[in-house]
Amino acid sequence: MSDILAVVDHRRGELRDVSYELISAGRGLADATGGDLHLAVISGTVERFAEKLDREGVDAIYTVDYGEEFNHGVYTQVTTQLYDKLAPQYVLTANSVNGIEYAPAVATELDLPIVTDAIDLEADDKTLTVTREIYGGKVETTVELEGPAICTIRTAEWPGGEGTGTADIEAFEATIDEDALGSSVRGFEEVGGGDVDIADADVLVSVGRGIDDEENLELIEDLADALGATISASRPVVDSGWLPKNRQVGQSGTVVTPDVYIAVGISGAVQHVAGMKGSDTIVAINTDPNAPIMDIADYAIQDDLFAVVPALIEEFQ
Amino acid sequence: MKILLAVTEVATVDDAFEIEGTEIPDQYLGTDLNEWDEYAIEEAVQLQEADIAAEVVTVTIGPETCEQTIRQALATGADRAIRIWDEAFEAVDLLDVSTKTAILRAVVAEEEPDLVLSGVQSDDDSWGATGVALAAAVDYEWAAVVNHLAHDFEDGTASVRRELEGGVEELTTVDLPAVLTIQTGINEPRYASLRGIRQAKRKPLEVYGLADLGLEESVAESRVRLTAMSEPERESDTTVWEGTPEEAAGELADLLRKREVVQ
Ligand SMILES: Cc1cc2nc3c(=O)[nH]c(=O)nc-3n(C[C@H](O)[C@H](O)[C@H](O)COP(=O)(O)OP(=O)(O)OC[C@H]3O[C@@H](n4cnc5c(N)ncnc54)[C@H](O)[C@@H]3O)c2cc1C
Repeated sequence: MSDILAVVDHRRGELRDVSYELISAGRGLADATGGDLHLAVISGTVERFAEKLDREGVDAIYTVDYGEEFNHGVYTQVTTQLYDKLAPQYVLTANSVNGIEYAPAVATELDLPIVTDAIDLEADDKTLTVTREIYGGKVETTVELEGPAICTIRTAEWPGGEGTGTADIEAFEATIDEDALGSSVRGFEEVGGGDVDIADADVLVSVGRGIDDEENLELIEDLADALGATISASRPVVDSGWLPKNRQVGQSGTVVTPDVYIAVGISGAVQHVAGMKGSDTIVAINTDPNAPIMDIADYAIQDDLFAVVPALIEEFQ
Repeated sequence: MKILLAVTEVATVDDAFEIEGTEIPDQYLGTDLNEWDEYAIEEAVQLQEADIAAEVVTVTIGPETCEQTIRQALATGADRAIRIWDEAFEAVDLLDVSTKTAILRAVVAEEEPDLVLSGVQSDDDSWGATGVALAAAVDYEWAAVVNHLAHDFEDGTASVRRELEGGVEELTTVDLPAVLTIQTGINEPRYASLRGIRQAKRKPLEVYGLADLGLEESVAESRVRLTAMSEPERESDTTVWEGTPEEAAGELADLLRKREVVQ
């Protein structure tokens, strides 16, 4: 009972980056517990995936060739069966949209405690210590538990596993109870296309919930005009219908890497930052000194956007 | 169809706050209805208006102080509310996913809803796991991060879209009964009308403890313990422009000119 089982993520024929990050997170834990790191690859072109995943520190890879795409029922059944076979101390999955669709079910099935969205993991002989964020990243907490557990890791927190490994790759004969599969995927659709592609912009003025009211967007339009910049937004502005979906920056929107990204009234939640952290220069205008964006930014103005933005427009007139 | 809406009151924290041990003192905290739940409530109310949902019942795990927040759901249209609280919870600083699942499971067993709706996650501690953990516990089907729910429910199924990463949606058919975790943006939550607010005061709100649900007190003892709380270490080298808004704007303007973003 000291091994680690990490279940990787893939979609539409591609392993997602977090799969390699699961290798580093898993290896780190396995070093602490003195156990082996097992990976599981479920559905899709599993052999091709397994070869790619055979990186330094992986001891064994189990493949389950069943179906093409993620199905939470299949993932839940396979993960519980692998758990019964391997008796690992900890099970790791990605805290992705698919990860959070089966990890909690596995926890219920196996009666294991679950901790989601880990940003750091530490273990000793008996205790798992998990660091996670609350209040949109303004506060950090650690939680502890004893005994086996399942944990989902935040994407882009661990480096991707590297090198070439010598893992045993083995087909795992899972028994899928098809009658128990109560959902089926009919297809996928790309959304959020339209007139502009914010990914092409050199300068983005990005507006968040701090703008408070649809009417105030005029101020942001004036700023964008003055700078010759493109307007983008955080999710709440799009959810409210104030700007179209193709303006949304983030995990479920567009990933942007402009020369300059000016975040106006945006707190910098992890799902937003996933879409803009690669920007060359980040400027934040925010009243809250503890907002995570104030840390991510290269330059910050801790003040009321309704005072700063008009002054900035003035500079260019 | 009967809908059970799992809603929660979340804590909000002021811009300036302090941490004492594993707590933020009450003076820095506020409360709000969980943002994701507003969308789940609206989704249920729309099903009610379309004559698809015959009854909408909310369930909340929380102390008496959260009743004001629960009434918001009742004011928008839910028919009645259930609140679960127990003295045993006062002594613990974290109710983990297993604990919440065990409690909600007992409520589902009692209410036997066709559809359980919850938010994707709670705004404050963002576990994002209870809906799916509950579905497995009550042997319901489920879908997480749902941003569209069709109203036809053909052959005892729900047709949903799940919002994946990178602007991709998954089109999925889910057998009923099911638990769906609702994503923001699925609809436009309405404001409660004055009439709704008045009516909400008269709608039933039942309160149960662990024993009422046939649960042992030990359910409250989460296996996951909260052991530390801190402000994240700032390791970045952010340049903060001080001064008046005009001065700070001037600094930013200089940067933009230097970077030849604007002339
Ligand atoms: C599965 C999933 C996917 C998601 N995908 C995305 C995504 O793709 N993109 C995304 O953006 N979010 C996404 N989110 C939502 C994300 O978690 C946050 O809720 C969201 O990013 C918050 O947006 P915000 O920063 O504009 O709002 P808030 O977090 O409310 O922040 C508003 C900020 O404005 C500041 N402010 C207020 N008034 C003023 C003022 N007068 N002057 C200056 N500053 C002011 C406040 O201090 C605060 O920091 C997703 C969430 C989930 C669960």
